[in-house]
Amino acid sequence: MGNINWRTILRLGLLGSVVALYFSMIGMVEDFSNRNLIGDLLNLGHVLLYAGIAGGALFAAREHSESNTVGRGLIGLATGALGALLPSGLVLLSSAINMRTVFVNVNPALSNIITFGRGVPTGLLLFVLASAVVGLITALFTVLPETWRGPVGKSFGIVIISAVFSDLVRQVLTNIIGSGMVRSLYVGDAYRPLVAAVLFVGLIALFFWLDRRAKQSNETTAIPQTDAKARQAKNRRNIALFLGWGVFLLIAPWILGSFLSQVLFEIGRFVLLGLGLNIVVGYAGLLDLGYVAFFAFGAYTMGILTTTTAINPAPGVFTFWTALPIVVLVGVVFGLLLGFPVLRMRGDYLAIVTLGFGEIIRILALSDWLAPIMGGAQGILKIPNPVFFGLELNSPELMYYLVLAGSLLAAFISIRLRDSRLGRQWMAMREDEDVAEAMGINLVQTKLLAFAIGAGFSALGGAIFAARLSTIFPHSFNLLISINALSLIIVGGLGSIPGVIVGAIALVGLPELLREFQEYRLLMYGILLIVMMLLRPEGFIPAEVFKRELHSDEDTGGPPAVEAQV
Amino acid sequence: MQKFIPKRLSGVDLFLRLFQIAAVALILIAIFNTASEARYTASQWATLLFAGLAQGSIYALIALGYTLVYGILLMINFAHGEVYMAGAFSTVFLAAYFARTGFLNEQPWLAILIMILFAAAISTIVAVLLERIAYRPLRNAPRLIPLITAIGASFALQYTFRGLYGAEFRAYPEVAILRGNMNLFGFQVPVVQPFVFITALLLMGALYWYVERTKAGKAMRAVSEDKDVAKLMGVDIDKVIVTTFMLGGALAGAAGVFNGLFRPQGVFFLMGFFPGIKAFTAAVLGGIGNIPGAMIGGLLLGVIEALGPNLILEGLGIPSANQLKDAIAFIVLVMILIFRPQGIFGERLAEKKA
Amino acid sequence: MSLLSIKNVTKRFGGLTAVNDLSLEIKDNSISSVIGPNGAGKTTFFNCVTGFYKVDEGSIVFDGEAIHNLRPDLITSKGIARTYQNIRLFSNMSALDNILVGQHVQLHTMWAEAIWQSKRFKDEEAAALAEARRLLSFVGLQGMGDLVAGSLPYGAQRRLEIARALASQPKLLLLDEPTAGMNPNESGEMTHFIRNLRDELGITILLIEHDMRVVMDISEQISVVDYGSKIAEGKPKDIQSNPQVIEAYLGRGAASGLQRQKAK
Repeated sequence: MGNINWRTILRLGLLGSVVALYFSMIGMVEDFSNRNLIGDLLNLGHVLLYAGIAGGALFAAREHSESNTVGRGLIGLATGALGALLPSGLVLLSSAINMRTVFVNVNPALSNIITFGRGVPTGLLLFVLASAVVGLITALFTVLPETWRGPVGKSFGIVIISAVFSDLVRQVLTNIIGSGMVRSLYVGDAYRPLVAAVLFVGLIALFFWLDRRAKQSNETTAIPQTDAKARQAKNRRNIALFLGWGVFLLIAPWILGSFLSQVLFEIGRFVLLGLGLNIVVGYAGLLDLGYVAFFAFGAYTMGILTTTTAINPAPGVFTFWTALPIVVLVGVVFGLLLGFPVLRMRGDYLAIVTLGFGEIIRILALSDWLAPIMGGAQGILKIPNPVFFGLELNSPELMYYLVLAGSLLAAFISIRLRDSRLGRQWMAMREDEDVAEAMGINLVQTKLLAFAIGAGFSALGGAIFAARLSTIFPHSFNLLISINALSLIIVGGLGSIPGVIVGAIALVGLPELLREFQEYRLLMYGILLIVMMLLRPEGFIPAEVFKRELHSDEDTGGPPAVEAQV
Repeated sequence: MQKFIPKRLSGVDLFLRLFQIAAVALILIAIFNTASEARYTASQWATLLFAGLAQGSIYALIALGYTLVYGILLMINFAHGEVYMAGAFSTVFLAAYFARTGFLNEQPWLAILIMILFAAAISTIVAVLLERIAYRPLRNAPRLIPLITAIGASFALQYTFRGLYGAEFRAYPEVAILRGNMNLFGFQVPVVQPFVFITALLLMGALYWYVERTKAGKAMRAVSEDKDVAKLMGVDIDKVIVTTFMLGGALAGAAGVFNGLFRPQGVFFLMGFFPGIKAFTAAVLGGIGNIPGAMIGGLLLGVIEALGPNLILEGLGIPSANQLKDAIAFIVLVMILIFRPQGIFGERLAEKKA
Repeated sequence: MSLLSIKNVTKRFGGLTAVNDLSLEIKDNSISSVIGPNGAGKTTFFNCVTGFYKVDEGSIVFDGEAIHNLRPDLITSKGIARTYQNIRLFSNMSALDNILVGQHVQLHTMWAEAIWQSKRFKDEEAAALAEARRLLSFVGLQGMGDLVAGSLPYGAQRRLEIARALASQPKLLLLDEPTAGMNPNESGEMTHFIRNLRDELGITILLIEHDMRVVMDISEQISVVDYGSKIAEGKPKDIQSNPQVIEAYLGRGAASGLQRQKAK
C-alpha cells in the first residue's frame, strides 16, 4: 500500500477545510446555492463548498503516487472527511449561539445547505459522509489510466461550466433548435439530471475517440510533412479561422439577442480600453492605474459637446461623429499633460501617482466647483445616440457594431505599431530604460507617445460609452474601471492582443452572464490576480516573441560557427 | 540593483520648474487672500488644526507600516490600507459588545486597551497571511509582479470582509469619558482628539524604541541596509520580514480603533482605501523607509488636509472646497514625487530606488 | 587626428571623486584600452563619455563637437556605441529585435507611417531587417535571430551585444570588458574579432579590459587609471615596465621588489 504520510493528509485536509469554511462564511455558498446546475441534485453552492475539499483530496492522492488503488481511496476518504471538519464546526457553533450579529452570512440557511436540511446530528453526519465520498471519488480519479483521465476530467469540467453559464448556452440553443426542445433539456436554469448524465457520458466517449484518432493520425503520419506543405496547411487553417471569426463577429448580435449583445458591448468596451492600456503597460512597461481618467475625459467631452441640456456650450453644433475627433484629441492632449509630470517615475511610484490622477479627476468631476462645466454629481444627461446614415444606433445590437469597429481599429493600430520602430522603442524601454536611451532612443518622446496613444484609445472608449448610456455620472469613472482593464490585460497576458480579448471575455463577459457572481466579482478578481501572478505571471495567452526568421530555408542545426565571419 | 543615476532631461526640467513656481505662487496667493479676508476666527483655525493633528496621527500610524515594509523589501504594500480596515472593522463588534455589557463605561481605559490589542492582533494576522500568501513566493520576481498581487490582495481582502461582516457602515459606540470638550491652550477641543494624538505618539515612541534599541530592531535595520550581508551575519531574513509585517499590522490595527473612536461615520469594508493612499502619501512625504519621516509626514498631511480646503482652496475662490478634501492628499503626493521624491527626511531613497 | 578628445574631466559622487582630472586622446581608427584596478573609475569614465553621467568639470569633444552636455540618446546618434560589463540585452526580446533597436538612430520613419505602412516605411523596415540579419551572421549568430536574447548562451549574448552596438553604425565603439568570463580560447577569438572590427569596418575602438593578455595583444595605446586619475599612458611595452602601473596593481612593496629583481 506504500507509505501513507498522515501529516500531508492532515495538512491538505485542513487546507481544503479552510477553503470550504471561507466560501461558507463570506456568503458565497449560500448565494450560489440558488443556482441549480443539475436538477435539484447539484447547485453551484455545493460545487463551491466541496471544491476545496476535493482539491485537498486530489493533492493528497497525488502526493502518494506510489500507493495502490485501495491506499489512495483511503487517503481520499480520510482527506475528504477531514475537510468537513471546519464547516461542521461552524454549523455546530452557529446552532449553539447566534453568530449573525457579527458574521452576517452564518445563518440557518447556510447550515441547511451544509447539512442537506437535516439538522445537526443527522445532517452533519451526512455532510461528513458526503465530503469523504467526494474525497474518495477525487482520489480514485487519480488512479484512472492516463487515457481515461483526460476525457473524464474535461467532460466533467464542460458539464459543470456549461451548466453554470446556462443562460448563454440556452440562448444559443434556443436560436438553433427552438425553445421547445430547450425546455425539455432544462428544469429552470439547470440541466435535467438525465441530460447531464447523457452529456457527461457522451462527452467522455467523444474525447476518448478524439484522443485515439489524434494518436492514430500521429502514428500514420510518422513521415514528417515538408515544412512548406505544413505551412501552407497552417496558413489555410488560419485564413479559415479568421473568416469564421469575422463572420461570427458580424452576425453575433442577431444570434445572441439583446441581452447578450449588451454583454458583447461591455466586452468590446473593455477590449478597447484594454488595448489602449496594453500599449502603456504591456508594451512600454509603464504601470498606469489612472487609466480611467482618459476614459472619463472621452466620455465627458462627448457628453458636453453633444448633450441637449444647458451644459452644452454650443448646442446643436456637434453630432457624435463630428465630436469624435475632438474627443480623441482631448484624450491625447490629456495623455500628454498627465504623462509629463510622471516622466521620471518608475514602477510602483508611477502606479500610485497615476492612481492619484484618476481619483483627482473623479473628485473634480463630482465637485460643485466644476459643476457648471461637468454637471457635478448629477452628471450629464440626454446625450443623443449616434446616427449612422440616418440609422439611429439606439439598441445594444447596433451599438455593438460601433464598439466592434473601435476595437478593430485599436487592434489594427496596436499591431502595426508593435511591429514598427516605435513598438521596439517601447519594448526596449520596458526592458531597460538606461540601455534603451544608450541606443539613441529619446525616452521623453517614447513615453509620451505611449501615454498619448493609450489615452486616445481610452477616450474613444469613453465617447462610445457616453453615447451608449446617454447619461454619465462621476461614479461611472471610478478606480474599478482602471483595475478591471489592468486585470484583464494581465490575466490575458501582458503585451498580447489576443490576450486582451480573452481577458475581456473572461473578466468582463463571464461575470455578466453569472448574475449570482456580481457581488463577488471583485473578490474573484483579487484572488485571480494573486493566483495568476503566483502560477502564471505571463497570462493565459502570453505575448509571443515576434518571429522574423523563416525556419525552413535557414536551419543551420548545430551550434553556429564560433569564428566570426567577416 | 543598479545605482541611482541622476537623469538630465533639460526641457522636462524647465517645464517642471515653471510648474513648481506656479504652484507655489498659487498657494501663496490663496493664503494671502484667505488671510486678508479674515474669513475664519482663530478658534476656528485651532479647531481645524487639532482635528488635523489627530487625523494625522492616524495617518502616521498607518504610514509606518508602509515605511517599515519599504525599508526592508523595497516594495509598496499596496494592501496595507486593508490591513488597517481589517482591525478596525473586526473590533467594532467587540466595542459594541463592551458597550452592551456596560464594560466600556465602567472600565473605559481597560476596554479601549483591549480593543486596541484585539484590533492589532487581527491586523497582524491579516498582514502576516498577506506576506505569506501574496508576497513571499514572489520575493525575487520583477517589481511589477508583487505590485499586481498587492492590488489583487487589496480587493480580495475588501470583499472578504464584506462577505464576513456585511456591506453596511457600523459605528463605534461612544465612550463617555471621551465625550465633550476640554480646554487646551485656551481653545475648546474635543477630548478625543488629544487622546488619539497622545496615544498614537506613545505607540510611535514604542516602535522607535523597538527598532533602535532591541536586538530584533537591530536585525531589521541590518536587513534594510543590506539583505545579503545581514544574511551572512546570521540574521534570519524571513523572520525579520514577518516581524516587519507584524509591527506594521499592529500599528495599523491600533490606528483602526483610533479612527473608530474619532470619527462618528463608522467603519465599513472600503474604509481602508483612502487612508491607505493618504498614509502612503504621508510616508513618501516624510521620506519612505524613514521611520521618524513617516511620523512627521503623517502629522503634516493631516494638518494640510484639515487646513487646505479653507486656507488654500477657498482663497482661490473655489466653492464648497471641502468636497475636494480627498483630492488634496493626491495633489500633495504628486507634488512631492515630482519635486522632492526623496521626501522631507529621505536621502536613502536615492540609493535604493532602482 | 583624434576622434575623441577628453580634457580634464572630473566626476564626483558626493565626497567620492570617481574620475579626477582625466585627459585622453583617442586617435581615429585606433584600438585603445583603459586599464586599472577594480574601482579605479573606468566604467564611470565610460558613463561620462556616453552621457549617462553628467561630468562635473572638463570637456569631451567627439569628432570636432563638444558632447559632454548632451543626452545619452543624442550622443549615440553622433556615433558612439557601447557594450556593458554585465551584459545588458533586452532579454525578453528576440535577438533580431535587439539588433533592430540598435539600429534606431539609423531609421527615420515616423510612427504614423507604420500605421498606414507607407512605402518608405516598408522599404526601410526590409532594409533594416536585412542589415540586422547581416550583423547577426557577422557575429556568428546566424539562425538564432528568433531566439529570446535572454535564453542565449553567455558567449552568444556578448556577441549579440556587440552586434547591437554595431547596428547604430558607430564611429567609436566602447567595449566594457568584452572578454569577462571567457576562457583563454574564447578571449583569443574575441581579440581577433575586435581587431577585425577595426580593420574591416574602420571603427575606432576603446575598451576596458582586465585580461592583460588581451590588452597587450590588441591595444595600440593603453591608459592606466587609478583612483580616477590617469597614472600612465603609452604603448603596451612601455606600460608593462612602468613602475607606477605595477605599484597600482600590486602595491608598493611588490613594486619595489620587482624593481630590485630587475636591478639584479
